[in-house]
Amino acid sequence: MTQDTTPLLMMQNLQIEGLSEDRWTPIVKGVDVTLGKGEVLGLIGESGAGKSTIGLGAMGYVRDGCRFSGGTVHFDGIELTTADRETRRNLRSTRIAYVAQSAAASFNPAFKLIDQHTEFPVRRGLMSRKEARQDAISLYRQLQLPNPEEIGFRYPHQVSGGQLQRAMTAMAMACRPDLIIFDEPTTALDVTTQIEVLSAIREIVDQFGTSAIYITHDLAVVAQMADRITVLRHGSEVESADTASMLNAPQEDYTKSLWAVRSFTSAKKAAVSEGQTPVVSLKTITATYPGMGKPVLDDVSIDFHAGRTVAVVGESGSGKSTTARSLMGLLPPVSGGIELGGAPLAPDFRKRSKAELQSVQMIYQMADTALNPKQRIRDIIGRPMTYYRGLKGRQLTEEIRALLHSIELEPDQYINRLPSELSGGQKQRIGIARTLAAAPKLVICDEVTSALDQLVAEGILRLLDKLQRDHDLAYMFITHDISTVRAIADEVVVMQQGQIVEQGPKDQIFAPPFAPYTGLLLSSVPEMDPTWLDRVLCDREAKRA
Amino acid sequence: MQHLFRLFVQRLALGLLTLFAVSLVIFLSIELLPGDVAQQVLGQSATPENLAAFRRELGLDQPAYTRYLSWFGGFLQGDLGHSLISGLPIKELIAERMYNTFFLAGFAALIAVPLAVVLGVVAALYRDTTLDKTINVVALTAISVPEFFVGYILVWLFAVELGLFPSIANLSEDASLGDRIYRTFLPAMTLTLIVTAHMMRMTRASLINLLALPYLEMARLKGASQRRLIVIHALPNAIAPIVTVIAINLAYLIVGVVIVEVVFVYPGMGQLLVDSVAKRDFTVVQTACLLFAATYILFNLASDLISIASNPRLLHRK
Repeated sequence: MTQDTTPLLMMQNLQIEGLSEDRWTPIVKGVDVTLGKGEVLGLIGESGAGKSTIGLGAMGYVRDGCRFSGGTVHFDGIELTTADRETRRNLRSTRIAYVAQSAAASFNPAFKLIDQHTEFPVRRGLMSRKEARQDAISLYRQLQLPNPEEIGFRYPHQVSGGQLQRAMTAMAMACRPDLIIFDEPTTALDVTTQIEVLSAIREIVDQFGTSAIYITHDLAVVAQMADRITVLRHGSEVESADTASMLNAPQEDYTKSLWAVRSFTSAKKAAVSEGQTPVVSLKTITATYPGMGKPVLDDVSIDFHAGRTVAVVGESGSGKSTTARSLMGLLPPVSGGIELGGAPLAPDFRKRSKAELQSVQMIYQMADTALNPKQRIRDIIGRPMTYYRGLKGRQLTEEIRALLHSIELEPDQYINRLPSELSGGQKQRIGIARTLAAAPKLVICDEVTSALDQLVAEGILRLLDKLQRDHDLAYMFITHDISTVRAIADEVVVMQQGQIVEQGPKDQIFAPPFAPYTGLLLSSVPEMDPTWLDRVLCDREAKRA
Repeated sequence: MQHLFRLFVQRLALGLLTLFAVSLVIFLSIELLPGDVAQQVLGQSATPENLAAFRRELGLDQPAYTRYLSWFGGFLQGDLGHSLISGLPIKELIAERMYNTFFLAGFAALIAVPLAVVLGVVAALYRDTTLDKTINVVALTAISVPEFFVGYILVWLFAVELGLFPSIANLSEDASLGDRIYRTFLPAMTLTLIVTAHMMRMTRASLINLLALPYLEMARLKGASQRRLIVIHALPNAIAPIVTVIAINLAYLIVGVVIVEVVFVYPGMGQLLVDSVAKRDFTVVQTACLLFAATYILFNLASDLISIASNPRLLHRK
């Protein structure tokens, strides 16, 4: 880390406001950030902490409907909040670059990757088009993209998420900027892909001595990437220190609570007694999408027992959600069978009776989109009660109130609200309540905590655990997050490419010796130890050799 | 490429199916119209024998489905049939008119389409400024006024007051191109005023919708200027919605010219259609209607294909 005397970037008392309901409300409330040349700063915080807004502010950019309302941003001697558009524009790409969270959404679908890469090096006159292309290819090679000669000539939709994220890092490097803002670059990726992207980013940032601001909500990730960490909450700094001391000795209570978040583990349950009939049983089901040769589910068998949680883990495209869709009758299996309490269940949901439909219910990942924004909580929860259980009038209202109680939302306060008047965690609680309103036997939880902050997610896990005990529910818990599985699962099913690669009790799956794929999955989960990434990469190198 | 070809064939088949359905609707509606051609042609004094003979001669005594099959079958083979009234081949009647209508529509489209897209881009570029609002107000005013009224205002201004262009767009068959343009200028302007607003607003709206997307924010963060952002980064992704609206408006230019043609006494399809309805010349009416429908379907087919070609996801598969 070569540290110059003058910092590259200095934000002092930065304040940014956003327009909401015709009033300017503060988003960033006076944050100081100093970044030396070649330094990597981690910005960490939960959603709404203002991380991205600060990151963009470092580029002298605010989103539409936001404005700088105070403080300064000095980039290499230039004050960006007062600089004219032209000046700010000319700094971008050449001196400050940005890597967005979702590379898939941030590449223009209409152009080939390499044309997007070379756009600004060529326009700014830094290279000829031919040189820029050559340079792009060599960057692709350094970032370990497959077929570096050819991959740039594809359109974004023809390239996988992890590869796009690396291509975007390459694009940020195109003009060899002094500073790159990484805004949650691996959040949307699978763990095994994340590890490759992290190491690629770290290597190239090291090599060119680029300064970086690394924004994430994942502590373990930031521990691998940053020299220093700043913790943010509600637009203000909580504390700031170098990575080692921040991890080992956080000062503030809020930071400590973030560090301690994965403390929850469900109580161990007695083993299933021999001969007990599962609530729902999948028997060697195979499913295909019309017009596709290869089955999306291949010979999948899982038993779901009352009062127990089966966690289905795997990366995107492994068939986790497809298994749920088949179980629900949305994608009827082509062979194999589904049993409900030992009796066969029709493969197609249209042919299932109301009572059969009632017994399997689902909680969705995005509570935001799964709740009708025009319906009040009373109707959202009341509708399945009326439909499945025939509740009406006073009895219905009482039941709704009791249910709101059990999900820890005060009925008087919440029963007449609209979803837009709830926080993310509260919306997910309503999603859970709507599912319970049907009085199901098996509940499918599809990535129910992935969109939530860690503290909130932990609350949801605790609630699900309590409800399971109260109602003797069977859970099918679909997730890509291993720590969630460790917290809540009784049995684990590991899936890859539509097949089950391993299944069994949690303790057995998560203890050595590991099956090869499970081992890879487990070792890819970032740990809070700043040397974790080096260690894993070293191990893998050694194994390959 | 193979899958593109399949898409094309699919759309084409769908178009033909639509044409068939439309032909049924046209034929049945005309069957339901009151009035008797034979009576119309031969007059009140015709004897029942004469009327019957006349009907037999024209095939009107045949059951409806036979007449439908011979009409639609003929149409598909390019035989448009004969006028009931004059007995002339419809092809001859229509050819010149069709050409005139397409000329007028093409003239209007040549001005309206580029104008609308440019205005839409400008409005998106300067969104929420006075310029944007002015463009919107003018365009909306033009679209809100009935087309005959727009026509009369233009006549009053350019023909009566300024005396620049003729108020009647009568054409002789051998008119030169320059003369044609001169004579059709006012009707073309009228049509332009009517169709521009719709296309302009769609262009503006599609562009502004895109601006919130991450890849356009990315373009800004790479340092693209507003103009580059809109024209280079956003416009290629807005082609599909814009082309769809252009197709609808082009079809309208051809199908919807009836009133404008009447206002300017222009010898196009619209005039012919109006005259033929008045004369109960049903074969001409139904053939003209079917030609309009075919045009409409053709434009939509073209816009579908352009939309597909503008989408790399469909053009370049994984």
